[in-house]
Amino acid sequence: MPSAAEIEQLLEAVKDPEIPVISIRELGVLREVSVNNGEVEVTITPTYSGCPAMDFMRLEVERTLKQAGIGNFQVKQVLSPAWTTDWINEEGRRKLLEFGIAPPPHSADIRTLKGEAPPIACPQCGSTDTALVSHFGSTACKALYKCNACKEPFDLFKCH
Amino acid sequence: MNQQEALFRFALRMGDNALVLGHRISEWCGHAPALEEDIAQTNIALDLIGQARNYLTYAGEVEGKGRKEDDLAYLRDSREYINALITEQPKGDFAHTIVRSFLWDAFHRPLLNALANSSDERLKGIAEKAVKEVAYHLRHSSEWLIRFGDGTEESHRRAQTALDELWRFTGELFEADEAEQILAKEGVIPPLESLKAEWNATVDRVLAEATLKRPSEGWMASGGKKGVHTEHLSLMLAEMQTLQRSYPGVEW
Ligand SMILES: [Zn+2]
Repeated sequence: MPSAAEIEQLLEAVKDPEIPVISIRELGVLREVSVNNGEVEVTITPTYSGCPAMDFMRLEVERTLKQAGIGNFQVKQVLSPAWTTDWINEEGRRKLLEFGIAPPPHSADIRTLKGEAPPIACPQCGSTDTALVSHFGSTACKALYKCNACKEPFDLFKCH
Repeated sequence: MNQQEALFRFALRMGDNALVLGHRISEWCGHAPALEEDIAQTNIALDLIGQARNYLTYAGEVEGKGRKEDDLAYLRDSREYINALITEQPKGDFAHTIVRSFLWDAFHRPLLNALANSSDERLKGIAEKAVKEVAYHLRHSSEWLIRFGDGTEESHRRAQTALDELWRFTGELFEADEAEQILAKEGVIPPLESLKAEWNATVDRVLAEATLKRPSEGWMASGGKKGVHTEHLSLMLAEMQTLQRSYPGVEW
């Protein structure tokens, strides 16, 4: 029977289908893995109420466990405490940036708390001369921006 | 009515409101005035339908008769839906949609803020997630309303017309039925009238900036929360439910 840490390592293969470079662990969707008396329990939490990727990620977790020969498992979905973009780890933020998506501002950023938007750097050229096009982007978690320096549009993983 | 029945009814209503409004907003998919707006409206619809799934799943569990989210969404007639009338009104022109969303969002946000502190763990969990989504909805509808009201003569006229037409559906939002009274007494949900002050403040602030006139209080329509709907709901449900009614139990 693999340990909880080994199963977590195994689940590293489960990616966000909409951002396939980032794993559910890096995204903060994977909350907990525990092994009790031979039963594996995996706890996941949705990013957004209507996130269509959630069912897919759940199926991928189940498939990955079965493929590793683990039959006795339960995938539990919890809503509380609510997922926040602060749960995306540093590795995940770096991968988002490399993928061309600006990582979310930290919710504890003093400017966010004061209701001011912190400057968003363009993931292509690094310029902060950028402008919001729409609060709503190609998926529930993104806002659409454009860069005034390199003229490229880009997605921001919006603060949640 | 005991507390469990009240909880079933409240979770069902939250689900019905979110589902019916989400469906109405989704009708803009492919028809919104600009591509960015098409994406925005479909995102908002998706948030609401996701919230509806959470509430309806919970309602089914509380009821304890084995009904799942899909049974509740697709196999009830309009008389069994208990959403507020404002959510079922046709989408109208884009100003109409924005005004309806704004009047609803200004109510929805303080309601979810309060529910995020509910003594009921499940309602609390659903609301904690939804409240962040709805903060974006309110900001979006407010920005459009200001742009319309303070925009051209035509956009101002359309926004004011929509506001005058939809105003009569806002009274029902704050009318607590028996279930809501029971739950408010137990501290599970806020007393609905306690949300009025924040709603008024939001509405007055945005309307002032939009240079729109707040309609005078007058006759208010109600009935949706008791299952007595305008004709629009049955037409909407006929379309929404047709697949499940024609092919019972079919799965995607
Ligand atoms: Zn750039």
